[in-house]
Amino acid sequence: MNNKILVTILSSLFALQLHAAQVTVFAAASLTDSLKQIAADYEKTSGDKIVFNFAASGTLSRQIEAGAPADIFFAADETKADALEKKGLLVSGTRTSLLGNSLVIVTPNDAAVINSPNELTNTTVQHIALGELKTVPCGTYAKVYLEKLQLWPVVESKVVPCESVRAVLAAVESGNVDAGFVYKTDAAISKKVKVAYEVPAGVAPKISYPLALLKDAPQPEAAKNFIIYLDSDAATTVFKQFGFIVLPSAPAK
Amino acid sequence: MSGVEWQLVGFSLRMALASLLLILPVGLALAWWLARKEWRGKAVVETLVSLPLVLPPVVTGLVLLQLFGRRGSVGSWLHNTFNLDVVFTWRGVVIALAAMSLPLFVRAARTAFEEVDVKFEQLARTLGAGEWRVFFTITLPLARRGVLAGTLLAFARALGEFGATIMVAGNIPGRTTTLPVAIYQAVENGEDAHAWTLAGVSAVSAFAAVFISEKLQRRRK
Repeated sequence: MNNKILVTILSSLFALQLHAAQVTVFAAASLTDSLKQIAADYEKTSGDKIVFNFAASGTLSRQIEAGAPADIFFAADETKADALEKKGLLVSGTRTSLLGNSLVIVTPNDAAVINSPNELTNTTVQHIALGELKTVPCGTYAKVYLEKLQLWPVVESKVVPCESVRAVLAAVESGNVDAGFVYKTDAAISKKVKVAYEVPAGVAPKISYPLALLKDAPQPEAAKNFIIYLDSDAATTVFKQFGFIVLPSAPAK
Repeated sequence: MSGVEWQLVGFSLRMALASLLLILPVGLALAWWLARKEWRGKAVVETLVSLPLVLPPVVTGLVLLQLFGRRGSVGSWLHNTFNLDVVFTWRGVVIALAAMSLPLFVRAARTAFEEVDVKFEQLARTLGAGEWRVFFTITLPLARRGVLAGTLLAFARALGEFGATIMVAGNIPGRTTTLPVAIYQAVENGEDAHAWTLAGVSAVSAFAAVFISEKLQRRRK
């Protein structure tokens, strides 16, 4: 009897071992916390293992172009997926736009209050952290927004470019900059910053997170399953908890 | 080379030179102290001075960031008394470069001082020269090749510094971006041609500095 149980356990473990695949996801830094939580849930039910590489979307797309072994690209900017699609590195038909987000201005907890983007031009604001303008989508979005308000020429000399949105958050937390542009979801996970201003949806550029299977994916089948799971209620509930906007799941583009 | 590339080279050279100005007085004093004096705890100071050579540069950067950040002990004092910021400014670049290249200078200068025969110094003292005069008329001139070699090495090290610089000064184009940081950013942006041009400039300047430094040290022997 005991032996039988042991055999069943061992064989099921062995079977799991055989089927368990390691799915590599290259994801935008802003997705760090939500995706880790979703993956932990997914690993329990599927038996597959999810491995992440979190960085600026532009950095990730460069790594993928250079042949990094990734299965899934989950960026914070549609243009980064466009670039890979043009080079034929995405599996056509798998690309969706899953999430939206909003831009906020954050300041250190102990800093002077800022109530509007216009106050970024004040002389008391010396350093403003932004994502690096070419590789970090959050920085690109912020620049477009500031240009729209015609504040960019004044603010440009104060910009401290950071290598990811999380680096922006860290710079604001440390108090070494006076303000920074991050996503609402990043501001929400930090106790050391306060949201000074939330950019209204209509004014900011549309922030949309593309998700796609990569052509050279080492584990395409397991990756497809995880992509399906990311669009499931279980996953979108987590995204919503973190403050993301879940976009209607009609295949975009 | 484009205007931006010349600007980068000029800025990096200026920053490396500024760091030398910071290093020279401190480094000469330290080197002389280590070469000529014996005291308790000397081994600890010796080790501390050389530490940035072997420590990951980002660790040195982290320590400097902690000290010079607006909430750091030195940084908050500078900010409140002089309204001076170090982190994310050119001052941060100079401090990072100085911290990283000081060990190279001190090691070379110390060896050079040790090779100066103490008899000459004693002779000068018997003729009535004070310690400062002995140093500037006897010790330093006799050790000049080694000191100069150390200066060049420190300069070359400063030109190539990446880890501590990016931690303390960040990567602000035209303001804190140095050659190595610009190379890293160019690769990140997929601007390979730009990266290779800058890499070429770095290689040439590093080669020149080490070549001259080797020559100086060899001729001494």
